Amino acid sequence: MKSIVYGYFTDENDLLEAVKKLQDDGIRIEDVRTPFPVHGLDAILKLPRSGLPKVAFIAGLAGGVLALWFQIWVFTSAWPLVIGGKPYLSLPAFIPVTFEVTVLFAAFAMVIVFLVRSNLGPGSVPDILDEEVTDDHFQIILSEKHNKLSDTELVNALASTGALGVQNINTGK
Amino acid sequence: MHVSPVREPLITGAKSYKDITNDVMAPVKAKPGKLWYIGITVSALLMVFGFIMIGYTVWFGIGTWGADRTIGWGWDITNFVWWVGIGHAGTFISAILLLFRQKWRTSINRAAEAMTIIAVMCAGLFPLIHMGRLPLGFYILPYPNSRDLWVNFNSPLLWDVFAITTYLLVSILFWYMGLIPDLGTIRDRMKTAWKKKTYNLLSFGWKGSARHWHRHESMSLILAGLAAPLVLSVHTIVSFDFATSVIPGWHTTIFPPYFVSGAVFSGFAMVLTLMIVTRKALNLEDYITVGHVESMNKIIIATGSIVGIAYITELFMAWYSGVEYERYAFMNRMMGPYAWAYWIMMTCNVISPQLLWIKKLRRSLTFTFILSIFINIGMWFERFVIVVTSLHRDYLPSSWSMYAPTWVEVAIFLGTLGLFFTLFFLFIRVFPVIALSEVKAVARSSAESFIEKPVKVKPSEEPHI
Repeated sequence: MKSIVYGYFTDENDLLEAVKKLQDDGIRIEDVRTPFPVHGLDAILKLPRSGLPKVAFIAGLAGGVLALWFQIWVFTSAWPLVIGGKPYLSLPAFIPVTFEVTVLFAAFAMVIVFLVRSNLGPGSVPDILDEEVTDDHFQIILSEKHNKLSDTELVNALASTGALGVQNINTGK
Repeated sequence: MHVSPVREPLITGAKSYKDITNDVMAPVKAKPGKLWYIGITVSALLMVFGFIMIGYTVWFGIGTWGADRTIGWGWDITNFVWWVGIGHAGTFISAILLLFRQKWRTSINRAAEAMTIIAVMCAGLFPLIHMGRLPLGFYILPYPNSRDLWVNFNSPLLWDVFAITTYLLVSILFWYMGLIPDLGTIRDRMKTAWKKKTYNLLSFGWKGSARHWHRHESMSLILAGLAAPLVLSVHTIVSFDFATSVIPGWHTTIFPPYFVSGAVFSGFAMVLTLMIVTRKALNLEDYITVGHVESMNKIIIATGSIVGIAYITELFMAWYSGVEYERYAFMNRMMGPYAWAYWIMMTCNVISPQLLWIKKLRRSLTFTFILSIFINIGMWFERFVIVVTSLHRDYLPSSWSMYAPTWVEVAIFLGTLGLFFTLFFLFIRVFPVIALSEVKAVARSSAESFIEKPVKVKPSEEPHI
């Protein structure tokens, strides 16, 4: 039987203390849910650095190269056209479109990767344990599956940090 | 956290996190009042009227407008540039001020960005109608076609297509990604099943997980970094539409910075016009405080002064260049048949914002509201002066002409105002007007109720630097 244990705090500083305490006791924290990004929480939870900046860089580079190559191809190979006596390959004129496409690709790629990686999107049904998390509850979730302790021990550990409304539910998985 | 005692709180009153949620959500949960219904009805009627007149234009042709062969750009391009300019404040607030870590941004960025998106939509309508053959509007996109032709990538008009499309799409992304946590908040406060479902769909299933927040923050920062140069690029490219031509009065290198600062100037004026009313109507006075208005007014002084310097630089360069056409164009602006428009512009944009150096006026809501209307009008006249007065007396005196809009053009402009306010009224009903999670995140350091032992410092005791 695998169950999950959760409780909440109403102050983000208490949450940070509790997370530290649980980690010191060797308990693995399944998830922490907060109404807003709590400063310093990601460092304590040792969340890996997000790869999104890299996604933005690669997609932006791809967009920029594509836009520039396309304009050069159109004006030098596909349909060379003399416009106002300017050379076929007038690079400065291609900069604005190249820039815009770079930004467009980077932004879209990053948002799409963010949504896919986080399993968010239209139709996504979240496993909400406490509706107040989007209001003023700072929630800690522990899972029996990823800890050596039993569920009652986890409940006691969480309650000893001062968490409120500690509950234990059986997920059956 | 240490907070300087002289820094005024961004959120006044005794507010807990729960109070913030309830205050900001109140307009979404409550039944709309009578004023809201009156407002949206009037705007929607105007919008419908405007769209009928767009249909009229497309049916009978551009000849229904006051433009002629000399003055090819009239109210349509004036309105286009005016709307795009207004659409610069939102992303400026949420992207550039985020990078500069201005916390006061959090109370106004959501509404300002919504305003931006709506304004850019209004702006986009004008070049489309201006092309005359609306159903052939897709010709501006580079797609493989039977004519074997590609679009002209050397033309600033095409750069505009890319700039404005990108700006609109990226602004929507940025705005919506910021909204999803707050839509999750609304979902969890809703009682009815269908409302819960709808808001869950809109919130993309947000649950506030630390991992998601971690990625969300990283994404917001990079999006802001991308959006910051994007904001600056859009009005730069709009100014290229004019600056790359050989029309006296348009052909100047100062146009890009002058247009960008003018855009931020007019955008902030529109944000102030809207927010001073909204904060009162939705009881958000504790979140959008006089301090916020003052901060925005400071940006108005800065950008307004840049605009003023740009006007004077233009005059100086016209004289200093020694080009007689350039000199004539500027003399004609100041003393020609459209001199009244020029002097309205000068008064509203150069003189009036300088009054904001006086602290009392900068912190007065009534004064700021009236001033913001003046700036909106002044900035509309700036575009009118640039577009119409530069064109109406060109190189060939035999084709000199005068321009006045027809009722069709006026109706289309009123229609875009209708569209703007209709969408804004819908926005304040459906979405939280203030970025809830962002306000909560700065509450610890900037809300009156959270700051530990707020020390009241009398002006005489203020530390001297």
